[in-house]
Amino acid sequence: MAATFQGLGAAAALSLSGSFDPNRLHLPCRRSLSVTRLSFVVRLEERIVSGSNLPPRRAQQLVSKAVATKADAASASTASKPGHELLLFEALREGLEEEMDRDPQVCVMGEDVGHYGGSYKVTKGLADKFGDLRVLDTPIAENAFTGMGIGAAMTGLRPVVEGMNMGFLLLAFNQISNNCGMLHYTSGGQFKIPIVIRGPGGVGRQLGAEHSQRLESYFQSIPGIQMVACSTPYNAKGLMKAAIRSENPVILFEHVLLYNLKERIPDEEYVLNLEEAEMVRPGEHITILTYSRMRYHVMQAAKTLVNKGYDPEVIDIRSLKPFDLYTIGNSVKKTHRVLIVEECMRTGGIGASLTAAITENFHDYLDAPIMCLSSQDVPTPYAGTLENWTVVQPAQIVTAVEQLCQ
Amino acid sequence: MATAFWSVNVIQHPRCERPSIASRKPSSAFLGSTLKLRFNPPSRSNFGFSETLRKSSPISAISDVFEEKKQKSASSSSSLLITKEEGLEVYEDMVLGRCFEDMCAQMYYRGKMFGFVHLYNGQEAVSTGFIKLLKKEDCVVSTYRDHVHALSKGVPAREVMSELFGKTTGCCRGQGGSMHMFSKEHNVLGGFAFIGEGIPVATGAAFTSKYRKEALNEADCDHVTLAFFGDGTCNNGQFYECLNMAALWKLPIVFVVENNLWAIGMSHLRSTSDPEIWKKGPAFGMPGVHVDGMDVLKVREVAKEAIGRARRGEGPTLVECETYRFRGHSLADPDELRDPAEKAHYAARDPITALKKYMIENNLAKEGEFKAIDKKIDEIVEDSVEFADESPQPSRSQLLENVFADPKGFGIGPDGRYRCEDPKFTEGTAHV
Repeated sequence: MAATFQGLGAAAALSLSGSFDPNRLHLPCRRSLSVTRLSFVVRLEERIVSGSNLPPRRAQQLVSKAVATKADAASASTASKPGHELLLFEALREGLEEEMDRDPQVCVMGEDVGHYGGSYKVTKGLADKFGDLRVLDTPIAENAFTGMGIGAAMTGLRPVVEGMNMGFLLLAFNQISNNCGMLHYTSGGQFKIPIVIRGPGGVGRQLGAEHSQRLESYFQSIPGIQMVACSTPYNAKGLMKAAIRSENPVILFEHVLLYNLKERIPDEEYVLNLEEAEMVRPGEHITILTYSRMRYHVMQAAKTLVNKGYDPEVIDIRSLKPFDLYTIGNSVKKTHRVLIVEECMRTGGIGASLTAAITENFHDYLDAPIMCLSSQDVPTPYAGTLENWTVVQPAQIVTAVEQLCQ
Repeated sequence: MATAFWSVNVIQHPRCERPSIASRKPSSAFLGSTLKLRFNPPSRSNFGFSETLRKSSPISAISDVFEEKKQKSASSSSSLLITKEEGLEVYEDMVLGRCFEDMCAQMYYRGKMFGFVHLYNGQEAVSTGFIKLLKKEDCVVSTYRDHVHALSKGVPAREVMSELFGKTTGCCRGQGGSMHMFSKEHNVLGGFAFIGEGIPVATGAAFTSKYRKEALNEADCDHVTLAFFGDGTCNNGQFYECLNMAALWKLPIVFVVENNLWAIGMSHLRSTSDPEIWKKGPAFGMPGVHVDGMDVLKVREVAKEAIGRARRGEGPTLVECETYRFRGHSLADPDELRDPAEKAHYAARDPITALKKYMIENNLAKEGEFKAIDKKIDEIVEDSVEFADESPQPSRSQLLENVFADPKGFGIGPDGRYRCEDPKFTEGTAHV
């Protein structure tokens, strides 16, 4: 049985198209130990994050949760592989639905989330199941309903506020900046704000400048909030659940173009860790840090790079605030070269903060300056060709790696 | 100054005469007999209700409670608006507010507190009139002029004064300050520095109350939320957005406008196209009431009705209280723009002296009892200053506490452990 796993693991180490490798299971989040029923054999060697150079505490959790295999049962059933396949927006919905089932204080607020089912179908069917109060269709008043979500969170509910497009949350900036992040502090710790603010952002297919905004750079300075970006159905569901269970206000960034990604995810319940980064592809020559849609551009470039003989290590940082400096640091210490690929604007973006953080902490380990590939500091044009040139394309990533690895 | 559409009877509204602010006619008699409460008859369906709105004939309806009261007061001259115990409680609360704010001014000029401090002198009737009718579980949301709201709700004077001095024993551990008074125990949800940003939070608290009742099936949950804000806020988008949502979902909230005519140096009449704020309620489908905010008994009557409405699940109310602040906008405001005649006019309508006069005239209490209360409050306020003076300043380690409810939000450090697990982190020697 172990041998079967071994074989599978070795062959499926590289996952380029987002298809799920059952051996790349993530660890249960520390805080959800009581709920997660992890029943796969956990492979230690393959996962750098969960590997032997972990401090004792994590390894302890690993061992205690490793239970003998479900693989036997799965092979006996009609399904050929364990888990079920679904699209990213369905994964988000599954996570949301499970949390709403589990805790009646979880509620959803947003424009068209109820009867319409969500403009990207993330909340489809939830209003029928949970009612109009738990899945609340709001009028078009972002500032007010985000503030309403904050007030509800202060008085005991756990709202999930949806921005129909992340860009609309600019209208809620007053509430997000002043109230969401700050009230726990200015009230001296008396009120907590367990709110989740989520929505699709990023550059889509010719959506125009205002619908193609990347707000992670605008929100990142706000003290008191956490920001995460999902990129696969697996981490979308896990991060959604973790965000809802977190006592901190969390902003979950989704991407318009990633909603239809398909992946096979486990049937069992799992919750991911909000502060951890994800090792997408271990490597030796260079560390490429990325998040959200750019992960796929990077993996596409990685194919080309592998053919040219390079061995890039790709990390999806996932947690945009705070950064997982441990995973990133270990990688930098191994490869000594860093390339950041992001969809944010160049000025004041996530990449800029990340560059500063890595330089401050790991300067001695770097053999070359950190290179950061970001979108152009330009309002996203409508024309398709121009739009393609505003974001980072795989060819640019390949060139950058070649330049860094000289 | 009624327009063609609205020919509703309401108490004389002297402030709608734009030409001269100073020529203010005295308002109606002290007792609230001329007050009419306008609201939609509960039996109408939504459709019928919106039809009524469009009619140009007056749709004012007088609340049953008031009809009864009017008849009663007409028939028997001995029915009073307040009992002795309630009267003394109300008096004590207003004197606490006034005395505390005066002490704040003293302390500020002695250099014990800094920054922006906004005092509530003159407006005590609104705070006391409304908040003294609430239960402990009801929520209050205010603005930066929030010391007295916190005091009325039950936050000890010691904690408020310590907070103003920036000490750890303050209600917010010294982290909030004058403009951010919070109390979980007494359900004071703040204290907001930007005007208007507290109103959505209040709407959220009201939403929780409704949610508890209907989605969580706690049938006896009837918590009400009060949102206090000023005339300047009534030109802000968040106000209108929340009026809409509150009326739409019939949230148990009362929007209390403390119209003191001035937003720092901007006169309400210069900044608002239609200065009658109570009119904006019916536009959204809720009753709009105007009340004399210098008269605590009138405010109390209106508050009873509005809070009762919210508790019964009939929805929100917009109450405009005509009031005045005796001091400047904040302690840094030289207050040069306001006409002395206007200030004198309102000083003559001081709510505390008015209540005292009413109670003495109606033989509810004697001078000696008031003096005793005054003395008691003086002692409480002085004790609060002493307590605040002696309290410790926050230590360095407090800087990073409370930023996150779950401090794992500070992230994973380069050594693989959560930063908050590093013992040096909260000592303030770790690098964030």
